[in-house]
Amino acid sequence: MKPAPFGYERPRDLQATLSLLAEANGSAKIIAGGQSLGPMLNLRLVQPELVVDITGLAELKQAERSGDELVLGACITHADIEDGRTPDVTRGAMRGVAANIAYRAVRNRGTIGGSLSHADPAADWVSALAAFGARLTLRSLAGARTVAMEDFILGALESTLRPGEIVETIHVPARPASAHWGYAKSCRKTGEFAHALGAVMIDPSAATARVVMGAIDTAPIVITDAAELFGGRIAGDYKERFDARVADTLLAKAGIGSAADRHIHVSVLKRAVREAAA
Amino acid sequence: MRNERDFSSAPGSGAGQGVGARLPRKEDDRLMRGRGQFVADIRLAGLQDVAFVRSPLAHARIRGIHVPERYKGSVFTAADLVGIKPIRAVSALPGFKISEQPVLATGKVRQVGELIAMCVAPTRAEAEDIGASVTLDLEELPAVYDMLKAREAGAALVHEHWGDNIFLETNYEVDISAALDAPIKVTREISTARQCMSPLEGRGVVATFDHRLDQLTLYSAAQMPHITRSGLAECLGMEEGRIRLISPDVGGGFGHKGILLPEEVCLSWLTMRCGHPVRWTEDRREHLTASSNCREHHYKIAVYADRDGRLRGIDCEATVDSGAYSSYPFSACLEAAQVASILPGPYLMPAYRCRTFSVATNKCPILPYRGVARTGVCFALELMLDLVAAEAGLEPGEVRLRNLIRPEQMPFDNITRKHFDSGDYPEAMRRALAAIDIDTVRARQCKGEADGRRIGVGVSIYCEQAAHGTSVYAGWGIPMVPGHEQASARLTPDGGLELRVGVHSHGQSMETTLAQVAHEILGIDVANVRIILGDTAMTPYSTGTWGSRSMVMAGGAVATACRELGERARRIGAKLLQHDPASVVLQNGEVRGVNGSVTLKEIAYTWYRRPQDLPADVDPGGLEITSGYKPQRDSGTFSYAAHAAVVAVDPDMGEVEILDYVIVEDGGVLVNPMVVDGQIYGGLAQGIGTALYEEMPFDASGQPLATTLADYLLPGPTEVPAARLDHMETPSPYTQFGVKGIGEGGAIAPPAAIANAINDALRPLGVEMMQSPITPHRIVEAVLAARDAERTAT
Repeated sequence: MKPAPFGYERPRDLQATLSLLAEANGSAKIIAGGQSLGPMLNLRLVQPELVVDITGLAELKQAERSGDELVLGACITHADIEDGRTPDVTRGAMRGVAANIAYRAVRNRGTIGGSLSHADPAADWVSALAAFGARLTLRSLAGARTVAMEDFILGALESTLRPGEIVETIHVPARPASAHWGYAKSCRKTGEFAHALGAVMIDPSAATARVVMGAIDTAPIVITDAAELFGGRIAGDYKERFDARVADTLLAKAGIGSAADRHIHVSVLKRAVREAAA
Repeated sequence: MRNERDFSSAPGSGAGQGVGARLPRKEDDRLMRGRGQFVADIRLAGLQDVAFVRSPLAHARIRGIHVPERYKGSVFTAADLVGIKPIRAVSALPGFKISEQPVLATGKVRQVGELIAMCVAPTRAEAEDIGASVTLDLEELPAVYDMLKAREAGAALVHEHWGDNIFLETNYEVDISAALDAPIKVTREISTARQCMSPLEGRGVVATFDHRLDQLTLYSAAQMPHITRSGLAECLGMEEGRIRLISPDVGGGFGHKGILLPEEVCLSWLTMRCGHPVRWTEDRREHLTASSNCREHHYKIAVYADRDGRLRGIDCEATVDSGAYSSYPFSACLEAAQVASILPGPYLMPAYRCRTFSVATNKCPILPYRGVARTGVCFALELMLDLVAAEAGLEPGEVRLRNLIRPEQMPFDNITRKHFDSGDYPEAMRRALAAIDIDTVRARQCKGEADGRRIGVGVSIYCEQAAHGTSVYAGWGIPMVPGHEQASARLTPDGGLELRVGVHSHGQSMETTLAQVAHEILGIDVANVRIILGDTAMTPYSTGTWGSRSMVMAGGAVATACRELGERARRIGAKLLQHDPASVVLQNGEVRGVNGSVTLKEIAYTWYRRPQDLPADVDPGGLEITSGYKPQRDSGTFSYAAHAAVVAVDPDMGEVEILDYVIVEDGGVLVNPMVVDGQIYGGLAQGIGTALYEEMPFDASGQPLATTLADYLLPGPTEVPAARLDHMETPSPYTQFGVKGIGEGGAIAPPAAIANAINDALRPLGVEMMQSPITPHRIVEAVLAARDAERTAT
């Protein structure tokens, strides 16, 4: 379990990084915390010619409030968020998600940008940020573009990132005081990847809800207009109106064939809804 | 309950350092500071690393192995290993079929991970690069991956010349017809998953050749160094004296480090061929998929009982997936054939029948893992007893109490002629039921839970035969039959004690507990007692550490050697005191007479440094003794424990939380109760792994699917509850101090107790879990199936 030979660069600024990535033309892998890439290299599941280490990029370690949103650099670690070293616009919701990612050792090194770039459907940020309505800024030598979180993940380990492109910042909108948040996952043991994940941001006063069912074999199911899940309207009694059959149908449509797996997903979502209403 | 017991009242000297003292572990000073020395810590000049090319297929004919021109000389295959014999582990049981495991594959491969070529390079990464350049031409054959299908006629054959896939079939019967008219008959199929033993440290080998000594030196993470050397000598065709096996600090064994590895043979050959030291370190993927697995059992079982819950008999057909090869020295049949003799457990019954099959499949060999077959047997039998209880309308605990061997029957020979040495099994069960407070749990169940979860309580009990010797293993006729265990004791010139033993310590704390035994006899401070183990050049021959035998056997040998050594010292002491030898005694590290005393230190100084002061008739053997020991009866000690668990189960998520866990354990006289507690906690963690987490699944082509620890789940600290322990101490009548072997018990009973608790929680829903591990998916699947069945019925 040792990696195949690869080149290694640790650039000092984003511009140099983008140049290296452009030159490599798809044969490079970016490493930040290395919590997923490290094992994959060791198992020789990936054999890049070049590994670009971005832990020296100070500009990707910034976290600041900008107007009504939080802008997080891609190299912010899960522990930075868990420990409150970053500003918070979600009234504790992000902190709660961060604190339950894998184990503390993973959270110390693992980064939010790395987790998103890796695009593992079972990863927490992939689902949670979609529920927050976050957007990502992706940058390459050609310039920057912005994508909504729900459009970023295309499938298992598959995102819209192009060769030479890097996740630069994550933009999290402020959670209104009236919005309820619920987040639940099913792990067989503490720190294990989730087998089912439910995230809900429900604002009964605005009659809006974003609902995510994640940790399925493909991109999470993101429902930006979730009224159907709650009997056609979103109001204060949403917990009672939650319709498990609608969720089950969505999961079946996403290709989950096992009734038991669907039942667990629906139960997890139900738990998230209960938590939001609590 | 935990730690509340006053151990100063324990047998032996209690407080202090002798038998019964809760002494902190001597070995922890280095281990807890990270100063242990494991195989992977060894650095030798000129050392090169080895990586293996392994079979990617479960079953295939080898058509060709292609090594790039530039790597010729760094890659070796079976064709290079001239004169090296395959590993053969034969059992003398009638009908046993022999497998030959080539150390590098010849002709065909029979499991994923089988060694095909060995690559050597200055670093492991470079060796793996070379391995990646080797291409294989393999003709895939149908894989035998399901042990039950493997038994059927027409199945693909792992070893063609056998004509079937059965290593061994055994039959045992005592008058089963007497049970068949019983009013209660419960029949089920029960199974336990294939598991990996997962010690913290994997296997590892460093091989080098010492020309001065004309000796091959192998450093290996091995729990049975002398047995490994015997096997190595057979495969290499070398004299045993030309091989030295050193097993340094070892990070957990559990059986995995008992077998002779093909890698050990390969590296031995390679260092002699290349002329420099070589190393191979098992990585986690190799551990999970290639070396050895354990636990895969299947039972078709019927239990017969009277209306009052008393057992009338058991009729069982047990199948064990033994994998592709018979492992040295345990053989491919130990596990399954053992099922027949241990299935009745600690219960009384007049009738019994058991048929067993050890089946060859295209998987890696199965090895006896902590508890050996007992974990599977306990799972099967204890789940069945809960069903008997349900049929009889009794509490599960009550059914046990009505059938357990009673204390007044001890010593007792059961239906399979197992000789129970001592114990009070019903008392252990009663204490467990009281501690878990079964009445309170039942009341809580009636009320129901606000969060929708369901509460269940489960119990289990087992017996653990340990330290069984010649009389038991001679019958198996496997490459290893334990005889007398030996220990060497030597007083050093400054009055310290060196003890040499052939057993090993890979978590068992032998450096502490054997020193306590020596202290008990000689009174020497344990700080001045050095335990030397894990080196064939420095220790007496022994079958090593397995089967919970080391405290009984090596402890007995140390006590015997120390007594003889003490007697020699006493005679010298008498002379120094100018006393008649009959008038002096050895006490607390000194020889005492009416007019004074002389310390062991002074006696040792005299023997080594001032021999002119010794009596003329002094024993010329001096202050160094090798002595041997066997218990009065070597049919084994029987320790046991009652386990009780309370769980909460979420029927919609399939989650199981262990709310409470109680263990009432009787391991005879405990040399160091703290060490025993540690053994029980560790075993419990592994038992929880069996119950809820650990599983090595295979696909239909024989591919192992859990190839990293992301897929093979082990319980962590958050999954292991703070169990409450209680000890009983019924001495064994046959051993030194009355000790019994206790190393494995913690891992035996938890799967049964937890499964019974889950089934207790889910029985009202019509759900029954009969397969380990009990995963969330399996629970939800069963809950949905039960709901469907109910819907169809109404």
